[in-house]
Amino acid sequence: MDLQTLTYSVVGASFVLYIGIAIWSKANSTSEFYVAGKHVHPIANGMATAADWMSAASFISMAGLIAFLGYEGSMYLMGWTGGYVLLAMLLAPYLRKFGKFTVPEFIGDRYYSQTARIVAVICLIFISFTYVAGQMRGVGIVFSRFLEVPVNVGLFIGMGIVFIYAVLGGMRGITYTQVAQFCVLIFAYTVPAVFIAFQLTGNPFPQLALGSEMSDGSGLLLDKMDTVLVDLGFTSYTEPFNDKSMIDVFAITTALMVGTAGLPHVLVRFFTVPKVRDARRSAGWALVFIAILYTTAPAVGVLARMNLVNTVNGPEGVGTAYSEIPGWFQTWENSGLLGWFDHNGDGKIQYAAGNAFSSDNKGKPLFVGDERGQFGERLISNPSKGEIATGAPFANEIYVDRDMMVLANPEIAGLPNWVIALIAAGGVAAALSTAAGLLLVISASISHDLLKSTFAPNISEKSELMAGRIAAAVAIGIAGYLGMHPPAFVAQVVAFAFGLAASSLFPVILLGIFSKRINKWGAISGMCVGLVFTSAYIIYFKGVFIEPMAVNTADNWLFGISPEGIGAIGMLLNFAVAFVVSYLTPEPPKEIQDMVESIRVPQG
Amino acid sequence: MKEDSTSFAKEYWQANLRLIMGCLVVWFTVSFGFGILLVEPLNQFQIGGYKLGFWFAQQGAIYTFVGLIFFYAHRMNKLDKKYGVAEEDDS
Repeated sequence: MDLQTLTYSVVGASFVLYIGIAIWSKANSTSEFYVAGKHVHPIANGMATAADWMSAASFISMAGLIAFLGYEGSMYLMGWTGGYVLLAMLLAPYLRKFGKFTVPEFIGDRYYSQTARIVAVICLIFISFTYVAGQMRGVGIVFSRFLEVPVNVGLFIGMGIVFIYAVLGGMRGITYTQVAQFCVLIFAYTVPAVFIAFQLTGNPFPQLALGSEMSDGSGLLLDKMDTVLVDLGFTSYTEPFNDKSMIDVFAITTALMVGTAGLPHVLVRFFTVPKVRDARRSAGWALVFIAILYTTAPAVGVLARMNLVNTVNGPEGVGTAYSEIPGWFQTWENSGLLGWFDHNGDGKIQYAAGNAFSSDNKGKPLFVGDERGQFGERLISNPSKGEIATGAPFANEIYVDRDMMVLANPEIAGLPNWVIALIAAGGVAAALSTAAGLLLVISASISHDLLKSTFAPNISEKSELMAGRIAAAVAIGIAGYLGMHPPAFVAQVVAFAFGLAASSLFPVILLGIFSKRINKWGAISGMCVGLVFTSAYIIYFKGVFIEPMAVNTADNWLFGISPEGIGAIGMLLNFAVAFVVSYLTPEPPKEIQDMVESIRVPQG
Repeated sequence: MKEDSTSFAKEYWQANLRLIMGCLVVWFTVSFGFGILLVEPLNQFQIGGYKLGFWFAQQGAIYTFVGLIFFYAHRMNKLDKKYGVAEEDDS
């Protein structure tokens, strides 16, 4: 079977599986729709949480980011796993004991304030839509590359699938589909990694291969990587703080950890288990399943970069003629994620430090329509001057997008076609599972927090369920629109999702459990200060709706902290303001303090 | 009796807080400590084929996180039983 047919079959089979599960697990009550009736086994919930959490970004982009950042990639690895420790000890068990349906509901009840609840809903919707737009783009990338259908057709298929199981099945449908999606995505991620690890080091476990000797006898993989990169003029792979300062790495790691713990679609998963002790254990299982991917990713990063250097520069290290480069090069060139300009005119492709394309377009190539040059390469209108970077043997001639590393890895390593088809199914699974989880928290917060509690308190359960389904359908429509017309700022606002979760939701939930003294004024002002400070800082440097007001460089940053890490400061501000305001105003009523007492113990 | 049950709940909560603090110290040490603040001195040492600081940042911290959560869940189950606040087994 050729690659195309194989990919269609594998992806198609996975879709049939998801739809089958959806039909089997239809939701019949609001409790099933919002929290799967609280009957989910902790291990199943762990898998569902893992799939919910690991998005298109984790699957497609992260190993690529690590491959190019080296040590600094650690901030994603630690940041996106360490949050589960906070979740398991500080939030999940108590929210489960609280025992209702949504995160804003907890904030509204604990702070005896409809205003607090609505502020929380606003944060939640903003965080979730930001995130979901990225997922839809991920689905588009995978479809257009592997199935060679137009991005929009791919998007419609993806939306259709999510529609079926999210709208019909609600949380129940989503949970069991996510379990299946986890199996698909983790299999798809680890199989190529095992192959490649074995190829390069003789050790099939990627986690161990990372610390192994190269099988060609050229020493330890990481040492070899350092040497190879330094010889090409790059900074060393394992040395810390080449790309980012220590304080920035520290702040970004904090913001990602705390942000993870404050993300509503992750928190709500812990509402679905039967008991408080299941919530604790389930967080552990979730992290086990996440760790399988997150400990594999650093190996994938190194191996992919090594393979890229070896394939492009060839065994002699002088470059490979365009006519002799393997087919994947052109495929990815066609998708626009790879570009070549022959700076030295020798017909060979060379890869080294430095930008092959001019900095006006941030070093990315601008293709001249579909026109071809003398070797058959795509023509590019913005070559750089082709200067040789300090320490490099020759000028860099290619642009490699980080997003292609994981997807192209099996092809670069020359793995069989079924492995490549699997990667496509895995990427789609990662994107769809996260999108579904996000759409559910959006619809729940609209039908439950806004409609049921604010605008139409007397609505029957049946109508609320219908409203939930309609809200989910509308949210899918908006998400699809965002995926089809990705706002130029999508990439820039990812920092927003984590920064806002860290600086708005996390502190008030934490304080709501661990302090009886924090009152509604403290919580509302804390959330608002965290939200405003963090958004203002990100907009100031990244210019999300406006032109950036300052150049986004370390000299201009507050304490040298980049917009990606500013959520850490926003969180501290939120804590500080919540404390000060609460102690200046009357303490919460007795029944609220009793409620806090009761969520602290599992029984009752 | 009322007095007793509140002081009991207080003691349970204090024990929980101590456990959380202990776990968070480990959490901070392996990630922010070994993985970021001390990564340079630790990189002087090799473990297997890794520099030690680099290993903590890209592997070790994650393994420790997993262990910590199960440790916490296990100890909390014991505390729940000891203080008689565990949930009933039927559901």
